[in-house]
Amino acid sequence: MDFDFTDEQRLLKDSVDRFVADRYAFEARKAVLASEAGWSPAIWAQLAELGLLAVPFAEDEGGIGGGPTETMIVMEAFGRGLVVEPYLPTVVLAGGLLRHGGSDAQRAEHIPKIVEGRATMALAQVERGSRYDLHDVSTTAKRDGEGWVLSGEKGVVLHGEGADTLVVSARTAGGRRDRNGIGLFLVDGRAAGVSRSGYPTQDGMRAAEIGLENVRVGPDCVIGDPEGGLPILERVADEAIAAVAAETVGILAEMQAITVDYIKTRKQFGVAIGSFQALQHRAADMVVATEQVRSMAYYATMMSGSDDPAERAAAMSATKVQVGRSGRFVGQQAIQLHGGVGVTMEYRIGHYFKRMTMIEAFLGDADHHLARLADGGGLFKAA
Amino acid sequence: MDLRFTPDENAFREEVRTFFRENLSKEVHAKLVEGRHASKHDLVEWSRVLNRKGWATPHWPEAYGGTGWTPVQQYIFLEELQGFPAPAPLAFGVNMVGPVIYTFGNEEQKAHYLPRIANLDDWWCQGFSEPGSGSDLASLKTKAVRDGEEYVVNGQKTWTTLAQHADWIFCLVRTDPAAKKQEGISFLLIDMKSPGITVRPIELIDGGREVNEVFFDDVRVPAANLVGQENKGWDYAKFLLGNERTNIARVGVSKERLRRIRELAALERIGETPMIQNPRFREKLAAAEVELKSLEMTQLRVVAAERTREKGKPDPASSVLKIKGSEIQQMTTELLLDVVGPYALPYVPDREDERWDELSNEPPIGPDWAATVAPTYFNWRKVSIYGGSNEIQRQIIAKAILGL
Repeated sequence: MDFDFTDEQRLLKDSVDRFVADRYAFEARKAVLASEAGWSPAIWAQLAELGLLAVPFAEDEGGIGGGPTETMIVMEAFGRGLVVEPYLPTVVLAGGLLRHGGSDAQRAEHIPKIVEGRATMALAQVERGSRYDLHDVSTTAKRDGEGWVLSGEKGVVLHGEGADTLVVSARTAGGRRDRNGIGLFLVDGRAAGVSRSGYPTQDGMRAAEIGLENVRVGPDCVIGDPEGGLPILERVADEAIAAVAAETVGILAEMQAITVDYIKTRKQFGVAIGSFQALQHRAADMVVATEQVRSMAYYATMMSGSDDPAERAAAMSATKVQVGRSGRFVGQQAIQLHGGVGVTMEYRIGHYFKRMTMIEAFLGDADHHLARLADGGGLFKAA
Repeated sequence: MDLRFTPDENAFREEVRTFFRENLSKEVHAKLVEGRHASKHDLVEWSRVLNRKGWATPHWPEAYGGTGWTPVQQYIFLEELQGFPAPAPLAFGVNMVGPVIYTFGNEEQKAHYLPRIANLDDWWCQGFSEPGSGSDLASLKTKAVRDGEEYVVNGQKTWTTLAQHADWIFCLVRTDPAAKKQEGISFLLIDMKSPGITVRPIELIDGGREVNEVFFDDVRVPAANLVGQENKGWDYAKFLLGNERTNIARVGVSKERLRRIRELAALERIGETPMIQNPRFREKLAAAEVELKSLEMTQLRVVAAERTREKGKPDPASSVLKIKGSEIQQMTTELLLDVVGPYALPYVPDREDERWDELSNEPPIGPDWAATVAPTYFNWRKVSIYGGSNEIQRQIIAKAILGL
């Protein structure tokens, strides 16, 4: 039982913390947001140089062989900096699918490109009617000789417009909500029949609505079993929940620090407003909520490596409930304690609030996960 | 980072659990499962069982009878004790006055009191709060005036838990009325049989009488019963309260309660459906489980940090543990109220109440386990009040963690 980092992990943390502090100041980030792509290829190249894009991949594939703890370290720092580059879609989501389901050839083709910063990827999974159910898939993939033909519509695909390669979940058999019959397909973002309509998201990232019209892919483009993609997708979604829990820790810790700093310096009635007990207790409650989610981020990090899907799902749902609850509480209090400046674009706090709010809806909100946890029999089974 | 328990730690857990299974009486175990109280006799017997095993005071230094367990083992022991559930050793002795005596007491005091605490030969109670001194404890007025080789004590303590059983009381008393309020307080050990002490029970809203008022009327206390130095008592009290808070999350207690709720909710039906299948109830229960898992991980973070923490310095995170720990304990009592439904209403006195014989003519009403549910809900409102109210904990966080 220890929460200590290894020497290598400490080095990683120093490196990513320094990157965020030096290269990701609020003003620099603003310039990135205002650019056409909405993210910075130059910063992406730096992430590659620092080895951050290599974190979860095996050493013989060009990675550094990191596990959930390394991803936690990176994501917490990215949360503090509100990093908008497509790390989550490329490295955590698509990279995770390749790690857990990709063939040798698929990994050999795509992972070096990710690690070296030569290509970005995105996961096209959500559909208009699917909400948070990974198994609710209407997009179809039909056999076409050796290969497949994909048709359908995907929505809110993070980094969908800029990605070089998409991973698309599509139905190969069964009905719309069947757990079996879902395949995962690697699709070139520029392939014939792919239409992408990109837009900014509320938190300054980019997403796209994606149309697939008779998109032809080869037999080598299926990740794993063409009818058995769901367990891979679920595993990666669980890892992504652990990752955003760590991002949440970074965001909330930063919101708390910014807010406490603010109420120590802002004066009204001739004194710092932080001297008022009503505000002190609110700030103390923010600490409690932040510590709770920090604890759950550790828990999720530990459990995301579990090979028992039911146990892992329960842990991740519990984590996502806490992410939702703590995120909303700390975010709202942070804005409130700032008063008017809290709702201006000029000031930092609102940007954290917006990212936090989007994380709440990513891969299932608190209500969704509370129901999933409850339906699965809860966290504490008989001793 | 490795958050799993080691094979040795898991084996240790199994050893502890087996010992409880083989040594705790079935009857006492059943009382606790049903939410009833262990009697004085039950606790004395159990404390002696633990003491014979060498487990009555595991967290004490080995020189005074501790086990030398790691912080993780201490945690496992406590979690198993609470989760089994087995009676908790009397906190006033082993967690409060014991550590004060071995840290600040003299050799005679250590040699005399510590073994008696471990064996529950002496039942201790805590004389801190007064009618006018609750959260502002340092304003206490009970005074001790030196008269030769004795102190003469006058004043009143209140909320004195289980004083009706007590042989001894450790008291904060004012020995220098002229000094700044924190600097005129001393820590005194007082024999409850001393002439001039009167104990008056306070009936609580659950119908029980666990707390008391204790009056001191010219009580003569040997000066040898002073712990440490005169007028340094506030330092010892802060040390004691810091120790109190490290155990206050009571994760094992809430885990056991949530398991119990799950069991009972499988027996209760809404129409034809077991309550545990009701989506609304199930989600409420799941929400409590999430809170508890988060608390457990926070507790483990504090436990893991203990190795590197300065001795005697309580972690400010213990305030987080107190706030969430108490809220979750209270949440479990509310969930049990939900489970029993209408049979929360009948008032059935606790069988441990000394008035049981005169009150027990009535046949039991409703399911066996329903009688304790509403009283426990009422009684456990105390957990966010005692040990430094949750508002005081927020104040500690604001000052010690945030620097506000």
